[in-house]
Parts: sequence; C-alpha cells; structure tokens
Amino acid sequence: MAVDPAVETTGLHKSYGDVEALRGIDLRVERGSVFGLLGPNGAGKTTAVRILTTLLRPDDGSAWVAGFDVVRDAGRVRERIGLAGQYAAVDENLTGFENLEMVGRLYHLGRRQSRDRARELLSDFDLAEAGGRLVRTYSGGMRRRLDLAAALVARPPVLFLDEPTTGLDIRSRIDLWDAIEALVSAGTTVLLTTQYLDEADRLADRIAVIDQGSVIAEGTPSELKAQVGGERLEIHLCDDGRGEEAVAALASIASDRPFVEDGSVRVPVAERRGTIANAVRRLDDAGIAIDDISVSTPTLDDVFLNLTGHAAEPKAEDSEDGAR
Amino acid sequence: MRALRYGISDTLVLAKRSLLRIPRQPDLLVGFTIQPVLFVLLFVYVFGGAIQTPGFDYVDFLMPGIIVQSIVFGGFVTALGLADDLKKGLMDRFRSLPMTRSALLTGRTLGDIVTNVFQLVVMFTVGLLIGFNFSSSVGEVIAGIALVLAIGYAFSWVFAFIGLSSSSPEASNAYGFTVLFPLTFVSSAFVPVDTMPSWLQPIAEHNPFTTMVDAARALFLGVPAGNDVWLAVLWTLAIIAVFAPLSAWRYQRVVTR
Repeated sequence: MAVDPAVETTGLHKSYGDVEALRGIDLRVERGSVFGLLGPNGAGKTTAVRILTTLLRPDDGSAWVAGFDVVRDAGRVRERIGLAGQYAAVDENLTGFENLEMVGRLYHLGRRQSRDRARELLSDFDLAEAGGRLVRTYSGGMRRRLDLAAALVARPPVLFLDEPTTGLDIRSRIDLWDAIEALVSAGTTVLLTTQYLDEADRLADRIAVIDQGSVIAEGTPSELKAQVGGERLEIHLCDDGRGEEAVAALASIASDRPFVEDGSVRVPVAERRGTIANAVRRLDDAGIAIDDISVSTPTLDDVFLNLTGHAAEPKAEDSEDGAR
Repeated sequence: MRALRYGISDTLVLAKRSLLRIPRQPDLLVGFTIQPVLFVLLFVYVFGGAIQTPGFDYVDFLMPGIIVQSIVFGGFVTALGLADDLKKGLMDRFRSLPMTRSALLTGRTLGDIVTNVFQLVVMFTVGLLIGFNFSSSVGEVIAGIALVLAIGYAFSWVFAFIGLSSSSPEASNAYGFTVLFPLTFVSSAFVPVDTMPSWLQPIAEHNPFTTMVDAARALFLGVPAGNDVWLAVLWTLAIIAVFAPLSAWRYQRVVTR
C-alpha cells in the first residue's frame, strides 16, 4: 500500500462574499518533503493554509493532513500540525519561556515535559539567554524564531509556515532558512507559503505557483525554470532610449521574445557559448553603447512573469498592506 | 472524562496567561488599583457633600454602587485581551492547537474573577479607611461579595463578546465605555434615583445596574432588599446565558485581521 501523503487536497474552493479566494486547488505533499506555495499577495496562499490548519472550512472540496480530514477530524489534525506565520503569533506580555511552556501545556504535554521542551527549543533557536525576558523586548527576528519554536513544541510531523520571513531583514531570513532546513533534514514535512522566489527556490523540493486562487504551475524548481527556456542575455544600455534598437540588432540571436524595460534588455538565447561576444559585436555595429552585459540562468521571477504576465514580488509597501 | 480534565487544565493555563499580563502592563495595573480608589475618593470628598442620601452616610451609600461599577468594568481586560489576540494573530495559534476550544474564553473570564477579587480587596480597604461600615450580618456580607463577583463574571462575557466583535483593542474600548459607562451612571449607583428628572427616573429604575446596586446595598448595609437580590441574581444568570453562547459563537467565526 502506498504511503499517504502528508497533505492532500482535492478541489478546494473558498469564497469570501463575492471574492473567490480559492477556485479548486489540488495539492499533494509527500512526507518528509518541503512544498512551496508561491504567489503574490491575495493569491490565496494564506486561505489554503488556514483551511489546512483547521482555522477555516472550505466551501467545497476536501483536504487531508497527516491522514485526517481537516473538517471531520479537525481535532486529530491539530494534534499533528504546527503553525508559524507572518504575524509572529507569540504573546508579548509573556517571556519566551512562558510562551513555549504555555503552548506545550495546550498540546497537553504535561507540566514537566512542557518546561523541558521549552528550554530545549530556546537553546535550539539561540534564545536561551533571552528566554527569561518579555517578548516585547525581542527583535523581529527573535520573535519569528520564537514563533517557529512554538510551532515545533509538540514535534509535529507536518509544519505549516505562512510567509515565515516576510518583513525580516536579510540576516534574520538566512538564520530562519537554516533553522527550517535543519528541521527538514530531521524528517518534518513542511508546507510553506512565500512571495519570495529565492525562498521557494532555496527551501522547496516542489513548488506550486498560485495566482488568483488557482494553481497555474507545479513542479520542482528546476522544472519550472526549464519551462521558461534556457539562458538569458541581460544588457544594460548607456542610453535608456535605445532599447528597441538594441532588440532589433539582436533579433537574429534571440530564441524567444525579448523583454525591454527602460535601458535594460533581456533576450532569451539558445546557446550560452559565444553569446556575449556575438551580442557586443552586433550592438557595436549598430552604434549602441553598453553599460553592462551578462548571461544568466532563469530565476523563479522569470517563471512567474512567464506564467502570469505580471511580476511576482510586489513593491515593499504593498506587501505590508497585504499582510494585514 | 479526559476531555473534561483537558478542559479544566487548558482553562487554568490560559487564566494564568491572562493574569500574568496585568502586572506587566502598567496601564492595566493602574486601571485595577488606582482608578477605582480615585473614584471612591473623588465621589466621597468632591460630590459627597452635595449629594443628599437620606438615611445613609454618603460613603455607605456610594461604596456598593462604585464596587458594582468597578467590578462590571473589571471584565474589560477580557475585551482588550481578546481584541489584542485577534489583532496579533495569536487567535490563529490557539485555534490551531489541540486545546479545548472554549478554553481561551473560559480562561480569560476565570482570570477576571481573580482580578475582581483583588479589586474588591483594594476597594473595601479604602472604603473602610474612610468610614464605610458594613451594617449587615457576616452571612449577608459574604452573599453580597459572591453576588458582586457573579455580576463581574457575567459582564466578563459581555466584554468577551465586545472584544471579539470589535476591530481593534481601541474600538473595544470605545464600545465598552460609550455603552456601559452611561448605563452605570443612570442608576442608583451614585445618587438616589428620585433626585433625577422625572423622565429619567423610569429608565434608571428599570436599569439592571439599579437592581444590582440595590441588591449589593441591601446585602452590605442591611436595608430591606425587597426582590432586588433575586432579581439581581436573575439578571446575572440571564446575562451569562445570553453572552456566553454569543461569545462562543463569535469566537468560532472570527477571522484574524
């Protein structure tokens, strides 16, 4: 008999009034893997996580987590999951230790075990010294680590991370990524949502790209990149106004439609070797001055642009609003 | 059986959480200690001379009223706390845990009983220092304390509903004070009802606060109670019977903002 997946959904639908947040989502997350739900704000990622963590009932469709139906067996699901989110849901008026101890008691670990586990997690997440301080004195990164620790109190087999690093600085993001990778190597199944393509690329074994409530692509990070095609030539021109001329000059080496924005030109190319020399020669012949030129492999950014026709990462101020 | 044991332990864990935050939030601590004391002193010394309360010293008249008012607002911590949990996303964490679902509400309201006992001790101490006297039997005083705590517990559920229904802690503050605060004043808590204008008197007489204050007065001062004590108990039970299920219903439906 095949092993049940850690998470499975079929035809999940959810509407808020007239707004369809999910329009039939099918997912399958294998045990021990990291699954990334990637999409911009409002795509439906958080709604999907809220259904999977029993916080919300779907209007239609079914979902199973750790083998249990999230609606019919919500209690059993809750015993087997951990949730950490973009809010850093920890109590500011308790110490780090008190927060973890409380969560342990609410998972019914018992007093003694809750305290031992709290101490263990504080030291695992580099919070041992801060454990006796009120959380309101913590930095954003420390809160996020405590939030993640709280999700792990009961050693849940399935962990949900809803935009775990939104709003964090680079240093804290990398720390958190390291912590997540350590968990995964210990066998925890992780479903994470993110609007950061580099995050999904770094952490996830498989990615579902979600936009306006539907999964628009699914695969490994390299499969998704392959969909966009091969190498890309990136050129920054000295003169912003000559982008179209540059595209015309490079038409014969482009393998697909080029992309122009101000003085930047992106040209998909079939062959990496000799491309730069070739391009420089053609642009030189056309009398177009080059500020910078490089060849790069596609990123998930390109995947998103390619699939949806719009960029994935919103501007900083949008992401703040959307997170509320 | 196991569910009941978990229910009790979850409630206690969350009541402890609710109580731990009070000494750590100076504004809450002030609300529980200095504010009621200030009210007692202001009313007794500033308004007391101008208010005629035939048959009573004003301090004796006032204390049952101001105690009921303070206890009613003691549940305010629950509104603030729940609105805060919603805003900060903690509600999601709790709802994703395998804990007893109602424990967040029962824990908070249980915590309110403890803070209300503390408030009572502070207020009685101040009252006794400035000349308040119990003029009833020990049994009646105990019954009066029990009644006042029960009233406080009932209003914790009103505040739970307010906290779960408002968009922020500040909004719950506004609802609580614009609706409940005037109600406590248009009652027999601070002045005799028959000194009010005739159009206001029927409102004050039918105000449940008047019934509750008159009941507390009867039990603490030994004046004839009439039906006030039973009516106050009925009101208290009715408020719990309406607002506990309403809060539970709201709690099931709330979505973290």
